[in-house]
Amino acid sequence: MEKFDVIVVGAGPSGNATAYTLAKAGLNVLQLERGESPGTKNVQGAILYANALEKIIPDFRDSAPLERHIAEQRMWLLDENQSCTGATYRDARFSQEPYNRYTIIRARFDRWFSEKVKSAGALVICETTVKELLKDKSGKVIGVRTEREQGDIYADCVVLADGANALLGERAGLRPQVKAEDMALAVKEVLFLPKETIEARFNLAGSQGVVIEIAGNITHGMVGTGFLYTNKDSLAVGIGCMLSDMKKQSLTPYQLLEAMKQHPSIKPLIEGAEMKEYAAHLIPEGGYKALPQLYGDGWLVVGDSAGFVNAVHREGSNLAMTSGRLAAETLIELHGQKKTFTAQYLAQYKQRLDDSFVMDDLKKYEGVPDLLSHNPQILGMYPSFVSDAAREMLTVDGRPKREKQKQILRQLTQRRSVLGLLGDAFKFWRAFR
Amino acid sequence: MNAPTDFVPPKVNVEEKLFQDRYRVDVGRPHIKVIQASTCLNCDAKPCTVCCPAGCWRESDSGGIDLVVDGCLECGTCRLVCDKGNVDWNYPRGGFGILFKFG
Repeated sequence: MEKFDVIVVGAGPSGNATAYTLAKAGLNVLQLERGESPGTKNVQGAILYANALEKIIPDFRDSAPLERHIAEQRMWLLDENQSCTGATYRDARFSQEPYNRYTIIRARFDRWFSEKVKSAGALVICETTVKELLKDKSGKVIGVRTEREQGDIYADCVVLADGANALLGERAGLRPQVKAEDMALAVKEVLFLPKETIEARFNLAGSQGVVIEIAGNITHGMVGTGFLYTNKDSLAVGIGCMLSDMKKQSLTPYQLLEAMKQHPSIKPLIEGAEMKEYAAHLIPEGGYKALPQLYGDGWLVVGDSAGFVNAVHREGSNLAMTSGRLAAETLIELHGQKKTFTAQYLAQYKQRLDDSFVMDDLKKYEGVPDLLSHNPQILGMYPSFVSDAAREMLTVDGRPKREKQKQILRQLTQRRSVLGLLGDAFKFWRAFR
Repeated sequence: MNAPTDFVPPKVNVEEKLFQDRYRVDVGRPHIKVIQASTCLNCDAKPCTVCCPAGCWRESDSGGIDLVVDGCLECGTCRLVCDKGNVDWNYPRGGFGILFKFG
């Protein structure tokens, strides 16, 4: 029976980064994907971070299906009183090549990436769901069991790139089940509009695009955020909240999305668009403290399956690709040294992650998930305070500004004590420093 | 949680949204199953009915659960929000289920 050097389960950004890097170095790689073609099961906003992909495919810009480069970032606080408080960062340097971030349509991008994987020499088999991992008597992972007849396939190492639900690791007893507390559910729609309409509505020229990240009462007290991204001739609009919050209230995910779409700051931007897809996906947002075991005898885990998401910066695909590349580089080095893929040697993968921005960023924000889940005022009270304060100061009604300012401060201390405010400031500093 | 008092939840027909999506349904082989129907009857919270983004989980007239997985988006939410561990959750067979056009 044929045995592979490495089996990669899943053809998202982490799996493709792994399989491509391994195949390019000459390893015998099998990649299994349950979708009809790569990308048909995958969902993302989606922002592509050039830096992570450049380190894998330096000339990706020549052939990858990219939508728009990000010329402008907006941060919006949308409040229940129909207001929007925001900040915009637009920089002409963001529109100088080489661009740093792009919007992409994942189904198209993943198909492109998979073609690269095939060209590099990996065997990619789609429409094949892996049911479980195969282990030997010592517990070492030695392959996978697919649903196909005589579907057991063997390899020296299995890379788990099976996505946020991480079922394979859980069922093999390599990790506990992912928790609702560590998962956000995001729903999104793809809304089509003529290219010119998008460029006029968002003040864009050529391939420029906008990212709008949205917080505030659109999540109705839950920890979560929304987004609106511009593609060439479509918009991606979505909202995500922590599952542990969502299960405690009564609004469905599609109601949350619909309410956000009705907000007066969003509605005119999407007016008249044709909705062509509605999607949902889990995002592992538990951060550093929720990370599972990342390697063991005969296996490594990468991407969403490992929980590599920087929720604060809305980054995930770059962590996924980087972890895939580092997993592959670990395996390539060990393969070259004729070493077996035991936990002892695969520990080098963890070392490489520790030395990269992946672990550094996750560690930096390790306190944020707890901070937000235990302090609902941060995403609830403060945004609405900011909105009220802005409305007061910007409404010209003959009352002196000094009086308005006093009133604003009084409102703040009515909502939260001075000690509470100082405590929040300290907690905030500690979580984000 | 603390939704504003004057907030009226919008009425949304999720089937209309799902109608835009592409599927290859594995007829007769649902990939998600309720393990014990009686457990759902005794569950007051039924978080699956709120959290499922495709509206696959509906409370039945008898107070149990009607589960129809044809519109499933394969996110995995139902498995994680069920406090009773009453969801037998698997991915569909290869090539079946949701087929995202854009993702």
